Amino acid sequence: MSLITSTSPHASVKNNTGAFMRQVIYATLPGLAVLTWQFGWGTVINVLWAVVVALICEGLFLKARGRNVAFYLKDYSAVLTAVLLGLALPPTAPWWLTLVGVGFAIIVAKQLYGGLGMNPFNPAMVGYVLLLISFPVAMTQWIAPGEAPGFVQSLQLFAGQLPVDGLSGATPLDTFRTWAGNETELASHGILHGDLAGQGWEWVNLAFLLGGLYLISRKIITWHIPAGFLAGLAAPALIAWLIDPVRFADPLFHLLSGGAMLGAFFIATDPVSAATSRMGRLVYALLIGVLIWVIRSFGGYPDAVAFSVLLLNLSAPFIDYYTQPRTYGHSKPNRGTAGGGKS
Amino acid sequence: MTEYVLILISAVLVNNFVLVQFLGLCPFMGVSNKIETAMGMSLATTFVLTLSSVLAYLTWAYILVPFELEYLRTISFILVIAVAVQFTEMFVKKASPLLYRVLGVFLPLITSNCAVLGVALLNVRQEDATFMSSLTYGFGAALGFSLVLVLFAAMRERIAVADVPEAFRGPSIGLITAGLMSLAFMGFSGLIKL
Repeated sequence: MSLITSTSPHASVKNNTGAFMRQVIYATLPGLAVLTWQFGWGTVINVLWAVVVALICEGLFLKARGRNVAFYLKDYSAVLTAVLLGLALPPTAPWWLTLVGVGFAIIVAKQLYGGLGMNPFNPAMVGYVLLLISFPVAMTQWIAPGEAPGFVQSLQLFAGQLPVDGLSGATPLDTFRTWAGNETELASHGILHGDLAGQGWEWVNLAFLLGGLYLISRKIITWHIPAGFLAGLAAPALIAWLIDPVRFADPLFHLLSGGAMLGAFFIATDPVSAATSRMGRLVYALLIGVLIWVIRSFGGYPDAVAFSVLLLNLSAPFIDYYTQPRTYGHSKPNRGTAGGGKS
Repeated sequence: MTEYVLILISAVLVNNFVLVQFLGLCPFMGVSNKIETAMGMSLATTFVLTLSSVLAYLTWAYILVPFELEYLRTISFILVIAVAVQFTEMFVKKASPLLYRVLGVFLPLITSNCAVLGVALLNVRQEDATFMSSLTYGFGAALGFSLVLVLFAAMRERIAVADVPEAFRGPSIGLITAGLMSLAFMGFSGLIKL
């Protein structure tokens, strides 16, 4: 028996890491439900399989390092990474796609850096980008909205026994990118004209928005990152849309398409890989939003949440240097390398 | 004007010399342990890279091409770069001892930075290279190098205190990080078609 020493404040702990992570996982449930409603059971299967893979990878790695496996698995961080990646993967994903992505995310992006709290990149997004670059075809085949396959078909897709071609269709973002600038073609694609934005995706994004608002109301995340993210995405989209509505999509379409809301509330808010101070987080999130708009509008990939989050993850330590808040008792903040570099 | 902006964005982000073309990895790994040294290296490289890119272009356009000596480009560019670096060092030493002390050992080190020779060689490979385009290309390459070097240095200061497994400490986790950064930079591909 060892003597437990701790410094003040001696507050009784109500929340621990595991409890926080579980809350975030619960908050993704509305999004998961709508994804299932719109695109079939594929996402549920992805998420469950991803969780299994993540727990096995994390457990094996911790065992190899001689750590307390049960203690680290109970913080639910591997489960959350797996859930986020499972939600982001297309519902047509075969089993090996999820296996490669989750394995890379947990082992390389998280455990090689020392596990939870040390990873400079968001593990789920590292896995996603790796898959997007390595298997671009498998990663861009989404189910056409309203044609959700049944449970048996989803299982067959998961096992790789059913060709995807007959079920898949372009997403609204893909369609817009293909036909941007062509007014008649844009008008003729029904997928672009749902009740609010792109068909199917509008409801998915609203569900993630709901889950995100729950997280803010429970004070699990602060408003800075989601607000900065959405503002950074909407502001350039609004300006460009006012200048040329045929070439550029409207802001609502951007906000309710692809991974916008999932990214804003669940992915960019990862406290480990984001910037630290409030000011830093606003800058960080604004830049993510702007980058998403730039890559969506001009880049080679239809959606850009994963890339933008990673690009700002790698800038976050640098942003922290220049956004150090003033400490109590000092008249000026210690920003930049003059003093901030040494600690 | 638009053309130069495109060259600049292309050299800084889309075809970043370190993370997309994998040139200049030695200083990228070597001087990224502290952010201050990374900034010193960035400043020195920016200056030398821009200067040597222009000088290499002038050598190419006014000496090598008229005398049909194009096959001598690698060796003559190495000479030009070495001279440019030495000249810069002497000039900075006389003109601004303070800057000389800030840049310190990094100035002569740049001679061995493969990105400098890479920029010069890649630049003259383009058919329509002009004086201004070489200047922009060199400056853009240097900006891109500086950007990722400083960002990487800030990240490495954090990774240095992380609980990295024994076998992966130091340069090996550094290279893994560089690989992941490279993955992220793939997002810019297709942004500009040159």
